[in-house]
Amino acid sequence: MGNGADGIFFLTGKDFNNAGTASSNLKAVLERMGIAQDIIRRTAIAAFEAEMNVVIYAVAGMMKYRVTDTEISVTVQDMGQGIPNIDLAMTEGYSTAPDHIRAMGFGSGMGLPNIKKNTDNLSVNSIVGEGTTLEFVIQIKD
Amino acid sequence: MELQELINSLSLEVKTPELDLHREVTGGYASDLLSDVIGNAHKGNIWVTLQVHLNIVAVASLKELAGIILVNSRNPDADTLKKANAEKIPVLTSTLPTFELVGKLYALGLRCR
Repeated sequence: MGNGADGIFFLTGKDFNNAGTASSNLKAVLERMGIAQDIIRRTAIAAFEAEMNVVIYAVAGMMKYRVTDTEISVTVQDMGQGIPNIDLAMTEGYSTAPDHIRAMGFGSGMGLPNIKKNTDNLSVNSIVGEGTTLEFVIQIKD
Repeated sequence: MELQELINSLSLEVKTPELDLHREVTGGYASDLLSDVIGNAHKGNIWVTLQVHLNIVAVASLKELAGIILVNSRNPDADTLKKANAEKIPVLTSTLPTFELVGKLYALGLRCR
């Protein structure tokens, strides 16, 4: 590969019509770079879940990515309600999503666990009333 | 099994006739929770759901699913079909409820894998 890449996508809360666009664009960037299919799949899943969390819970946010020869790192930062108890949020099945979000099939409490499952490193930092920053890394193995 | 065979066997209505339906179906998954599908469906699976909004296409595309079957004659939103055509994800509908449709898919030899 040899060349790195980085970029940023902006996310809008409650905009379900464009939800998934950022992760889909990130997937396209990785495909153009010739990254292995399995790495792309894992990155796209984690990015989609993180993006949906911003759309569901926050006012706005952004997704920054950086690709090097050895890893893909993605930071998703939002201006939102924040997560009071991160350990609880990481528990599969735990959700604070309102009914209308659940009716769409979102907010089943599997998003953060899915991100953890598909990444090599995940950190979540949150301040209630201000927002959440989620960072994950996926190693690129040659 | 090919998607076109499955459409014929189960009398599914094709909502995206422009798309190529000669694609291999590796198995099936039934769920109305998007993250459940993201976590547990496999590439090439046919997905059975009652969700009709356009985010189902993003999930199917992400997981490289063979297509989506909407149950109980549910009609996809116009935006869903637009996105499905753009992302080349076939959308089909069945008059059957999930339980019966999945039973028929299983009888045709499809498994959750």
